[in-house]
Amino acid sequence: MHEIFDDIERWRAADQKVAIARVVDIEGSGPRDPGAAMAVNSLGEVAGSVSGGCVEGAVVGEALELLEGRREAGITSFGYSDDDAFAVGLTCGGTIHLFIEELDW
Amino acid sequence: MTSIYERFRDLLRSEVPVALATLIEGPDIGAKLLVEESGSTLGGLGSEQLDRVVRRDAIAMLDAGTSEVRHYGPKGEARQHDVSVFIECHARRPHMVIFGAVDFTRSLASQGKLLGFRVTVCDAREVFATRRRFPMADEVVVDWPDRLLKRIGSDLGPRDAVCVLTHDAKFDVPAIIGALPTRVGYLGAMGSRQTHEKRIKRLIEEGVTIEELERVRSPIGLDIGGRTPEETAVSIVAEIIAMRTGRNVPSLSQGQGSIH
Repeated sequence: MHEIFDDIERWRAADQKVAIARVVDIEGSGPRDPGAAMAVNSLGEVAGSVSGGCVEGAVVGEALELLEGRREAGITSFGYSDDDAFAVGLTCGGTIHLFIEELDW
Repeated sequence: MTSIYERFRDLLRSEVPVALATLIEGPDIGAKLLVEESGSTLGGLGSEQLDRVVRRDAIAMLDAGTSEVRHYGPKGEARQHDVSVFIECHARRPHMVIFGAVDFTRSLASQGKLLGFRVTVCDAREVFATRRRFPMADEVVVDWPDRLLKRIGSDLGPRDAVCVLTHDAKFDVPAIIGALPTRVGYLGAMGSRQTHEKRIKRLIEEGVTIEELERVRSPIGLDIGGRTPEETAVSIVAEIIAMRTGRNVPSLSQGQGSIH
């Protein structure tokens, strides 16, 4: 999370709401380890990353829904499942579990 | 009053080890407990008993430097899955101590920095152990290896590395003997197979046992045919990574042939 504090501080100073998505678990091959974090402000601006670029776009969507009150904080997973239920996946074939929440703590 | 985020941010920015526990499944999603190495905490996960167990686990995880999800009962009971807590650990940087202020040391110190180690270079010869020769190191110490290890040995842990590059039994032997009683994860010593054989003889004469010697990676590094100081440094840090991840890769210490 270290590398995203500068952006978060700037957004907080400008009274922007901030959502944080963190990798909490990976199955199989995953590009980033647990603890990798990205932050999204209410304008959709992004700092940091949680994968090699495969799921960041979808995470921005989830983060904006959270900041607009259209979803709750919680776990969101991306990866390939047997029934191919996920629209967004990791090209490496792994699954990542993210915890997405508002920075209000 | 300082929020958990502000405290977390300030500790990370000043490189103080800290763990941030977040309740990600259970009754109070998003609840947080900040745990410092000293054991002091900020925040809470909704139950004093759960806080106590998570605090204990977080302190242990800080030592190992791992971040992961742990599952508990509502009051921190083991082997239950009512509550999931993500414990994000920011351990102190691992420490690489290099004995011997030689040419190989420059490359290894640079590689160590690249991988995020705090690097200490130590040599008893003050003409060699200078800041100017090792600007990339975090500290350059003019002292005998055993004396430095007496001072810092108890701080060394599984994520740390001691690399003995002096090639000179006068320094190598006290460095290895000083490092053996520590918890250091990686202990390697440079030298040809001939140097290695002589060194083993000296160490055994000094009372080191065969079992203890098994901890010493010597000749140091992976068997990648490296020759230059830069290539040798790559083979050493690769061996350090392989040791941490438990991968089975050919180390020079396990082979018989020429080291180059």
